[in-house]
Amino acid sequence: MLTAPRKDYPLAPELQSKIDLVLESHDYDATQIVGILLDVQELEERHYVPEATAYYLAAKLNLPVTNIFDCLCFYAQLSDKPRAKYPIQVCNSPACRVNVIDTKRLLETLESLLDIKIGETTYDGRFTLETISCFGACDRAPAVRINGQVYDHLDSREKIEALLRSLP
Amino acid sequence: MSTVKFLTQNFGAYDVNSIGSYMKIGGFNALRKAVNMEPSAISDLIAAVKVKGRGGAEYDMGRKLSQARAVVGENKIVICNADEGETTTFKDRELIKNDPFNLIEALIIVGYAVGATDGYIYMRSEYACYRPVILNAIRQAKSYGFLGENILGKGFDFNIHLYSGAGAYVCGEGTALIRSIEGKAGRPRMKPPFIKQSGAFARPTCLCNVESLSLVPHLLMDDQEFYARLGSGDSIGSKLISVAGNVNRPGVFEIAFGTTVREIIYDLAGGVQKNRAIRLIQFGGASGKVADASVLDTPYTYEGLRGAGVMVGSGGMLIIDERTSVLDFLLMNQEFFSEESCGQCTPCREGNLHIKIILDKLAEGKATDEDIRQMKKIAQVMSVSSLCGLGETAQNSLLSAMKVFPSVFQPGGKNK
Repeated sequence: MLTAPRKDYPLAPELQSKIDLVLESHDYDATQIVGILLDVQELEERHYVPEATAYYLAAKLNLPVTNIFDCLCFYAQLSDKPRAKYPIQVCNSPACRVNVIDTKRLLETLESLLDIKIGETTYDGRFTLETISCFGACDRAPAVRINGQVYDHLDSREKIEALLRSLP
Repeated sequence: MSTVKFLTQNFGAYDVNSIGSYMKIGGFNALRKAVNMEPSAISDLIAAVKVKGRGGAEYDMGRKLSQARAVVGENKIVICNADEGETTTFKDRELIKNDPFNLIEALIIVGYAVGATDGYIYMRSEYACYRPVILNAIRQAKSYGFLGENILGKGFDFNIHLYSGAGAYVCGEGTALIRSIEGKAGRPRMKPPFIKQSGAFARPTCLCNVESLSLVPHLLMDDQEFYARLGSGDSIGSKLISVAGNVNRPGVFEIAFGTTVREIIYDLAGGVQKNRAIRLIQFGGASGKVADASVLDTPYTYEGLRGAGVMVGSGGMLIIDERTSVLDFLLMNQEFFSEESCGQCTPCREGNLHIKIILDKLAEGKATDEDIRQMKKIAQVMSVSSLCGLGETAQNSLLSAMKVFPSVFQPGGKNK
């Protein structure tokens, strides 16, 4: 089997035990790697899977680490690079985008409020702007998704501002 | 005409966290009935009301189940495809949220009907908030003996596993979904082998949509043949549709087949915002076809919509008003496919790239006759030569728009 050489990274014991809990909830089943990675990346404040964690999972699940990075690169909801504390995922599908706010679309409003472009992170590391495909909240459009939670009916600049302020 | 309540009859009728509450309204009676029937009788019952796969491919479900049963092989699998990734489609979300026990019961019944030992629910990560509800339903069903070994004393063993996607539209395609369940990146593969013979973990696999599955327990208990009397022509029964875009009351509605598009938009969805004119309607999600307002009096049936040049597909309906131009819409739809193409096969990867380039040129008013001819040719090549359904259907909207709105595709001028 084609595998990268295994590395020995020290993981903080608290993180390690949290990862072990996630693995246990998935019965240490390597076929559930996608679900495991989704849960594991939520353990990090910056919502990503660090290299050390990937190697740790590979060892625990007896998977080639290349398999893990293949998944991390393939699935839009997984990341191997640090994101913001609040990655703002903006729906980029027509159903959301045809609902206009003050003649400016949701994305442009967010860009001007945060003063960043798509794919960028604010200087304080609080917000990243990402576009994603439909997340099934078309009846509540225009909507964004932040850390798994959908915030809907963002049809005015005031509502968007209030949302950004309400995040702790 | 208004909505009907067949598939949605359990919505709000029980506590989704309690199996006891579900059993009080007759839950698991369909399973009790099913295990006393011949497995072939179950697929015959579904075939009799001509249920077509509700995910979008419109494959005859009764035939799918009898074929799955006929496949020779051990440890068969039934997969519930809850990776509802089509844009404007959120009907499965309502079924999962409001009626999770019915879905579990349906999966067990279909497992019995095809002779499977394992059921998998592959749910998109966007619906992760419903994971606890499903996991709880599985756990409770197990403790009541509806899952596990020797179910209801009939010597039938069946277990259900819940798997999560992670934001890949292509994983709604059968072979990609299966790769994802196997713990790999969800890239589609060539067929054959067909998944009914060699699917997940190389075991014979039967793949069904949430809505198709959810119908099964209701059909088994439908002694009055209420369902068979709904609908019109060859489109029997009811359909769950999701309506969104520039309408006043977007949402999920269960309609009897035969309701007109006008009734759906103006009665159920509350009409177009501020009474604007309709620019276009896209049926069946991102991979669906488009029509203009002339489709309004068409009955919503499989054959009616096909006659109007569109299709039922996933049951989504996107209504776009006059503020958005056809070209702007096509550009948005194209961005979706350019993003979601997995990049494995050349027609889909390159085709989506080049069509995007030509659409941009068209929007700038710089496209030539040759560009437009080329764009149509690429779209046609994609639909016949792509590896999977994503590439085959990605240009449905463009090709249908070229038919319905020919004036948009003129060289030079910037057209609406």
